[in-house]
Amino acid sequence: MQYDEKQLTRIVATDCGSTTTKAILIEWVDGEYRQTVRGEAPTTVEAPLNDVTKGVINSVQELEELARLKYNNPNIRFMENGEFVIPRKGDLGVDAYVSTSSAGGGLQMMVTGVVASMTGESAERAALGAGAIVMDLIASNDKRMNHQKIERIRELRPDMILMAGGEDGGTVKHVVEMAELVSAADPKPRLGSGYKLPVIYAGNKQAVPDIEDTLKDKVGLIVTENIRPKLEMENLGPARDKIHDIFMEHVMQQAPGYNKLMAWTMGPQHESVPIMPTPAAVGNIMQAVARAEKIEVVGVDIGGATTDIFSVFTEEYIFNRTVSANLGMSYSISNVLASAGLPNIMRWVPFPIDESELRNMIKNKMIRPTTIPSLLEELVLEQAIAKEALRLAFEQHKEFAVTLKGTQRQRDISEAFSQSTSGATIVNLMSLGLLVGSGGVLSHAPRRNQSVMMMVDAFLPEGITRLAVDSIFMMPHLGVLSEICEKAATEVFNKDCLIYLGTCVAPVGRNKPGKPALTARITLPGGKVFEEEIPCGELRLIPLGVGEVAKAQLKSHGGTFLDKEKNKELEVELHGGVVGILLDTRGRQPFELPTDPAARISSLKKWMRELKAYPEEILK
Amino acid sequence: MGQAYSAGLTVTESTILRKERVLPLKGEVLVKKGDKVKAEDVVAQTLLPGKVIPLNLANKLGVTPAQLVNFVKVKAGDQIKKGTVLAENKGLFGLGFMKNSVTSPTDGEVESVSSHTGQILLREPRIPVQVKAFMDGVVTEVMPGEGVIIENKSAYVQGIFGIGGETVGALKILAASPDEELQAGKIDESCRGSIIAAGAFIRLEAIDKARQMGVKAVITGGVDDQDIKKILGYDLGVAITGHENVGITIVCTEGFGRINMAQKTFELLKKFEGFKTSIHGRTQIRAGVIRPEIIIPLQFQEEELTIPETRLPILEPGTLIRVIRQPNFGRIAKVTGMPEELTKVESETLVRVLQAEFEDGTRVMLPRANVEVIES
Repeated sequence: MQYDEKQLTRIVATDCGSTTTKAILIEWVDGEYRQTVRGEAPTTVEAPLNDVTKGVINSVQELEELARLKYNNPNIRFMENGEFVIPRKGDLGVDAYVSTSSAGGGLQMMVTGVVASMTGESAERAALGAGAIVMDLIASNDKRMNHQKIERIRELRPDMILMAGGEDGGTVKHVVEMAELVSAADPKPRLGSGYKLPVIYAGNKQAVPDIEDTLKDKVGLIVTENIRPKLEMENLGPARDKIHDIFMEHVMQQAPGYNKLMAWTMGPQHESVPIMPTPAAVGNIMQAVARAEKIEVVGVDIGGATTDIFSVFTEEYIFNRTVSANLGMSYSISNVLASAGLPNIMRWVPFPIDESELRNMIKNKMIRPTTIPSLLEELVLEQAIAKEALRLAFEQHKEFAVTLKGTQRQRDISEAFSQSTSGATIVNLMSLGLLVGSGGVLSHAPRRNQSVMMMVDAFLPEGITRLAVDSIFMMPHLGVLSEICEKAATEVFNKDCLIYLGTCVAPVGRNKPGKPALTARITLPGGKVFEEEIPCGELRLIPLGVGEVAKAQLKSHGGTFLDKEKNKELEVELHGGVVGILLDTRGRQPFELPTDPAARISSLKKWMRELKAYPEEILK
Repeated sequence: MGQAYSAGLTVTESTILRKERVLPLKGEVLVKKGDKVKAEDVVAQTLLPGKVIPLNLANKLGVTPAQLVNFVKVKAGDQIKKGTVLAENKGLFGLGFMKNSVTSPTDGEVESVSSHTGQILLREPRIPVQVKAFMDGVVTEVMPGEGVIIENKSAYVQGIFGIGGETVGALKILAASPDEELQAGKIDESCRGSIIAAGAFIRLEAIDKARQMGVKAVITGGVDDQDIKKILGYDLGVAITGHENVGITIVCTEGFGRINMAQKTFELLKKFEGFKTSIHGRTQIRAGVIRPEIIIPLQFQEEELTIPETRLPILEPGTLIRVIRQPNFGRIAKVTGMPEELTKVESETLVRVLQAEFEDGTRVMLPRANVEVIES
């Protein structure tokens, strides 16, 4: 059900995270939807309070106080007797309350399939897209012995299991065998002991009777449509919907206080608005924005423990989400070092540092995750680590966001000699329109220029790409809001959610050092013109404010291009932001840093100085 | 001026502790309310289900899964011994020539036989699991079938990070001061079975010597990240520890690198030298934080066992704090002021700060996020 400004003039949305519950107020003001105030409070899902609604009330109280101050109106209240008043009656109440949740570890799932790279991967995509953390993918061909699989299923305590396998009419034996392993493991749910573990079966429909025979006494079995009815077709919708239903009906019911919270979330006519897993809500808003703006979008949320990447690519707006469970800036920071390797982190550091000192610093951040870099040198090191965490998470995302594997497709003669195969990534940085960063290290960097530097160095955007940060991570709220009012969600997304940093222009292809890479003539608002033939290996930052647009004539040189049509000359409009336009001729495909340490440090300093990333004293 | 909540680690000469000791699955509790227990006593036990062994009987007999029913000799729930015939065919022409049979590779029970896949699942015998008291004390509550709660009065130190599981031994202080590095030469036969305490640092060589000498656990201010890697055989990615089986438990009170042990911690340990001590290295930094513990049980009367109310550590003028990030990492100071306004630090980050004074009288401004309260 969708509403408009006639029914929705004031909405409270909360996101109950593992540590913080964040509340925002969205209002219809002067003919448009705006996010007006925000409040936050610690999440109260664990002892001693054991009731998530306490944290919600605390965060909403802060909202009320701030709204009273903002409007100089002491009568504004959203709740009465500890409950929301819906719909709004003048100063009292709101028209809707919606919420997302990742508290208590979010939604944790195990998935199974027959062939890991086919039905297994489809099941994983469905679970991730529904906002889950996938604890393990168990497949008939995953090289583990059956007894090892049973042990693994038994030791994991997921919230639910998604079982896929076989196209309709395909293998029954392998799918039933997997069900037997699940049955033998007799898995128990993570929360609560009074109910059977929900298992969603979304595999070969011919196997359903046998699956029921095998599993119905041991688990709470739910059968839905096959996730991969044919090899060349993926049907994720029904399984995702079932995951959401079960998340609400079983998992959330077990979490302290959620029964009450579920009764609270409702629209203006008192109809229930389901609580969404936080990442699923982010997926919602990103798809809505990609459709509305007709662009391809990548979003990243780098947290203390994990890094989530969301993308919407291709003309069909295919959404993918990956969670890099052990790439983060505090709890998992040590794992970034282990995964990336010290040389990869050090390549971004513009000064020499003792290796053991750096290792111990990283471990100390891991055991004291809430500390912040007080020294400039430590900030530079943390941002170097962030670049590697983002790079690795994005690599994992590119490997996952692919066309279906195991399929054959007809090719025309022009494709006959190309290398494209099934399973190729759909992530194309050349056609990417918008890159959005969020998470402490990106959203709260002391200088926004540092956010630009981290995002550009880690993602290496190609051609012309707008950059933004979601400063207070409002995307989850807007994602669940879009369920009842897409207009409010997209309006607030554009006006209040994103802080536009600017636009990055980066020619792609090989070029020779010292040779010209890009000729740019950029006419700024007010008529001032920037014009330069920029050699390879340089950065140029041209200030252009938020909401400002510059006209640019761009010409790339050598073997480089500016867009996916391989144009070398473009006349385009470039959008500004709090940082401006970044012209990056350091190269893409390949992007290479100098191998000689002295040359590398000298280049890093030159780029950081141009980008005004750090104070001059550390770049001397 | 004002106050704020902060992270904190407890270092106290006397507190009332309450420890839940529960089984992983329902089982039997062996003690009753009011019993005085020793750390080594088993308080509850249970049997964990045995491992499941899958065998594809149909394949082994060369029959289809649907035909298997004609050959299988056991059914779900049957108790079996190693060598029990699970299934056999009738041989050539049904006369027993070249008869093929499949026997059980283990003692245990038949879990299921499938005519869909031809697979039999066997379950090995149950595995006994025992839960010990871990600390001397009194059983104050019994959760039938699950476990007990044990309470006592103890001197108590929370570490910041550790590895290795629960162990018990007499406390022995090997460092003369909290800034001393513990040398391997100081560890000898007299340390066998004990829990030894260093000052600021211990290197791999000394840890290895401790393992050779049968030392149960090491308490140190700091340890080098590469030494921990060598002991574990892998690099720690995330701090979830305590399950390692490395022959020794290690508890750091301050962090990674050479960091002086807090004077207060060192003096406390010294005061209780020779006391029976329970220690574990279990660390979990994410939601539901677990820190390593050093528990030194003291004499007490049962009426003393009232658990102090849990309160969040508060930062306010007078609070004793430890700096937990550079600069001045590891130093101890006293809070002297809590300015309200956001302050820009060297990294240009805008943060809430506090004013503090080090033990030598020098005054500093520190981000509130970079200190931890030393609770007592």
